[in-house]
Formats: sequence, structure tokens, C-alpha cells
Amino acid sequence: MLYGINEITGMTETYSIESKELTKKFGTFTAVDNITFQVNRGEIFGFLGANGAGKSTAIRMFCGLLTPSGGKARVAGFDVFTEREKIKQNIGYMSQRFSLYEDLTPIENIKFYGGIYGLSKQQIKKRTESLIDQLGLQKVRNTLVGSLPLGWKQKLAFSVALVHDPGIVFLDEPTGGVDPVTRREFWEMIYEAAKTGTTVFVTTHYMDEAEYCDRISIMVDGRIEALGTPAELKTQFDAITMEDVFLKLARPEH
Amino acid sequence: MRRFRAFVKKEFYHILRDWRTLIILIGMPIMQIMLFGFAITNEIKYANIAILDLSKDHYTQEISNKILASDYFILYKNLNNRKEIHQVFKEGKIKEVIVFEKDFARKLDKEHTASIQVISDATDPNTGTLLLNYTQAITGKFQVELNKHLEVPLQISIEQKMLYNPELKGVYLFVPGLITIILMLISAMMTSISITREKELGTMEILLVTPMHPAQIVIAKVIPYLILAFIDAIIVLTLGYFVFKVPIHGSLILLLMETILFIITALSLGIFISTKTNSQQAALLASLMGLMLPVIILSGFIFPVANMPMILQILSDFIPATWFILIIKGIMLKGSDLTMIWKETAILIGFTLLFTALSIKNYKIRLD
Repeated sequence: MLYGINEITGMTETYSIESKELTKKFGTFTAVDNITFQVNRGEIFGFLGANGAGKSTAIRMFCGLLTPSGGKARVAGFDVFTEREKIKQNIGYMSQRFSLYEDLTPIENIKFYGGIYGLSKQQIKKRTESLIDQLGLQKVRNTLVGSLPLGWKQKLAFSVALVHDPGIVFLDEPTGGVDPVTRREFWEMIYEAAKTGTTVFVTTHYMDEAEYCDRISIMVDGRIEALGTPAELKTQFDAITMEDVFLKLARPEH
Repeated sequence: MRRFRAFVKKEFYHILRDWRTLIILIGMPIMQIMLFGFAITNEIKYANIAILDLSKDHYTQEISNKILASDYFILYKNLNNRKEIHQVFKEGKIKEVIVFEKDFARKLDKEHTASIQVISDATDPNTGTLLLNYTQAITGKFQVELNKHLEVPLQISIEQKMLYNPELKGVYLFVPGLITIILMLISAMMTSISITREKELGTMEILLVTPMHPAQIVIAKVIPYLILAFIDAIIVLTLGYFVFKVPIHGSLILLLMETILFIITALSLGIFISTKTNSQQAALLASLMGLMLPVIILSGFIFPVANMPMILQILSDFIPATWFILIIKGIMLKGSDLTMIWKETAILIGFTLLFTALSIKNYKIRLD
């Protein structure tokens, strides 16, 4: 259902996110400078860049939180200028900052987010049970989230971001501060979601995670300086690991 | 609507789970009205008084005896002349001096009227007024007894004099002031804290990415506080009415409607604060310093506005609480109807619109 016109071939394709020369200026400062790329349906797209490179600003535009200064972009088939409300209904979002309510139980959190996305009572009930089962949270379903270990919280937050079955989920540094085992499990969940057709748009600072992505873009000073599969980028920049690619781009003087 | 319901439910979870805040929300108004109420209206017993009897006849003797026979008064000293009055007050041992005028009995018998002067120490105005009332009641009774056997009634007039603080009005009227302060505290402070908490935790960001409109989010967040504040107002009114006999002369419906209006004014102020601050601490400070102190000091709750220097009087006009106190004093104590308080009501509505407009403006600036 997510159709767009491919800018180069002119053919109709199924893109989840389509950005053409998207720009955001704050006064004289250009935070996002003419970024152009497409993300396919069901793709895991890594959105990399040093702090302050403009990632957050770009994500905020895709999520309908910020109005772009110029360019074009469609998310889930909807225009970021004119159809923000429709975009919001069709995306999930999980930020680096913990996004659940600690004084609510896992069940209450799921019900709350299900409720504000407008799911029906039956839908919420079904979703809640299946999520609790998937995550193995039966024992703590009525424990306040605040007392759960961080890894569980992050996994629960991810599930909550998917509670309304969005076509696209934006993950802003979802694994910050989580131990390697849980990170691994978290990425299994991401794969699981991608397999069912959900597009995953993820930012991360962990270069090993970048390797898990189908394709990666690297932002430097508001521009996209590299775009491709991890293997392509390593060849292009003559690097052994993604870390080398990133360092070469982000810190060109070294 | 379903979204809205889910949201309000969540807000109630927050409030109900945070039992410390809940105790404050419900306990504070009860505690405050009890403290204020009993501190102000508690009966006074065995107050030391002095009597200056310039007549020394059978009437003054009888009245003195009746006064001293009650539980309220104890004779500290008999005075001999007026000069001693100030002296005895300055010693600080007595609360009241009763002065019988010269030729009391002769005047009462011949002219059918005589005067007693009651001088109170009004540094503690509540005590002063109470003692005066007791004295009046006792002499009043005596007068009735005298008049039983007479055709032309005798009159003893009580001349009262409050020393040191003639401005007594406003002190009794603690219930209107208390309601105002509690509503301000709950509505403005609690909402500003509750909204900034979402910002601080990062959940606000998530909420803004959902299809819920920001205005919906804010309204859903303040509704529980509107309900709580309203419950508190009713608690204070009920306690004030039944325990302390504070009258409600005007329409109860009008009073409650005005209360809701003021809650909304305070809520809009709380929302405005939350658009200006990013942490709970900052919101708390802004509410306390920016709201509570002016409300307590400038609104006329404790210090009568009319006695303030001009600059503070002007300043107090810019405090919504000032107008609300006028409104509920009007309704409760004077029995005012809407035609008498429409100006104050309009001003409150004006404040509400102003704060709402400022909040929307701030919010838009923050997004871009």
C-alpha cells in the first residue's frame, strides 16, 4: 500500500520512506542539508552520524514533529508537510530516553499506548496478551515497570512502539546502556519485526550494530556522506570494519 | 474519545500511585482549614481583664459580677483612672479593659441609657473581637432582665475600641482565602509539575509522535487535577460551613461555577508555566515563588489590599486570586449574585484566555 514514484527510474515502487533534498534550517544554521534517500518496505535502515550531525532533526521531520524548511519527503506514503497526522498514525517511535511510565505496570503501559493509538478494547486485549507472551513477562505483568531490569524495559518499550502495528518504526539509539546479551536479543526482535514487513529506521552509536542493518547512511554536518550496504561501504572506503568507515567520514582529519 | 479516556486513566494511575502527593492533595486542605479554623474561632476561657469603674454603683457592681462569674473572664486588676489603661495593657497581662462611665446608675435610671466602654488589645484581633462579643452578650442578658419589669426599656450601650489594629476585616474570612490558595496550589503547581515531568522523562516526545493532538494531551493531563481541585474546594466549603459556621449567603451553584472558572484559570497558568520550564524542579520553584507568595501576600487573603501601598495595590490587580477572593467573599458573605460580580468574573475569564494564548504561542515557538 505504500507506493511512491522512484525519482530516478520513474517507476512505481514500494518505499516506506522517501526523502528528496530534505532541508531544515534554524536561522542561519543548516541542521539538515539536502538529504536524499529511500528506504524499502521491511528494510532495516541504519541512520548513523556523530552527535550533532543532524540525525535527530531529520528523524523529527520524518515523525511529523518538525516542519522541514525545504525539499520533499513521504513517510508511509504520506507527505511530511501536509499529512503529519496520517504519518503519526502509521509510525512507531522509541527514543534513547526511556519511554515507558515507571509507575505503571507493563500491562498498563501497553493498554495506555494502545488506547491513545485508538485501538479497540478487543484489539488492545489481544495485543497485550500476545506481547506479554512474546516477551516472557507473565510473572511481572503486574509489577511496576520501574522495578524491572533495563534490558526488559527496553524490550517492552520496543513492543509498545509496535503496539498499533505501524508500517515503520523509528528507533533512536534504542540500545544505549544495555548489556551485550540484551542488545543481541533486542536485535533479534528487530529482525522479527522486519520479517513481518515493518520497516525499521534505527540510529545507533554501536558499530557492530551497524553491521546488522540492511543498509546504512552516514550523516556528517547535516549531509549524507555515505549510503549503501555495510559491505559496499567497507569496499568504498577501503576499510575492514564499519568503525573504520565511520571514523574516516566523521573525522576526516585523522 | 477512546484515546482521551485511556489518557485520563493513565493520569489517575500516576496520581493514585504517588501516595505521598495524594496525601498532600487531600490532607492539606483538611489540615489547613482545621488549623486556621481552630486558631481563629476557638473559644477563649479565663482571659485576664481589668475593670475601671468610675461610677461604683449597684448596677456596675452587678454587671461586673456577672461578667466575672462567667468562665470567660478573670479579674486581673481594678483600675482607678484612665491613665492606668495603657499602662496595664503594656504590662501584657490583660486582654480587655471594661470602663463604666461616671454616674452609670443615675443615667440609666433617669435617662434610660448608659454606656460601657470595652477596650480590647487588638494585636490579637480575633481574641479581641471574641472577648468583646462575650462582654456584649453578658451585658445584653443583664439588660433583658432589667427590662422585664419596666415599661420604658433601659439601654446600656457598648462602646467598643480596638487598640493597635483597627483593621479587623478579612481576618475571619479565612475560608475564601484558603480555598483560593488550595486551588492555586493544586491546579497551577501540580499541573505544571505533571507536564514538565513528562518532558523530563522523555515521554512527552513519544506522546507528540502519537496521533493525539498536543491540545488533547494537555487537556487530558489537567482533567484529573480539575476534579481533585474541585473536590478539595468542596471539602473546605463543607468543613467551613458545618464546623466553623462560615455562611454561604449567595447561590451555591454560582459559587461552584465560579470555583470551576478559577480552577480553569489556575490550570491555564500551570500550563503556561510548564511551557516555560523544562524540569519539575524549575516548575515547582516558579509555582511557589511566582504564585504562592503573591497569592498569600498580595491577594488580600491576610493583608487587606486597601491598606497596601499604591504600587502593591496595582500589583495585586494582576493576580487572578485577588479577583477570585472578591468573588467568593461576595457570594458567601454578602450573598452577591452574578450581576454584582460580573466584572470580577470577566477579569478571570480574561486571565484564562491570556494564559491559554501565551501557552499556545510558546508551544509553537518551541516546536520550530
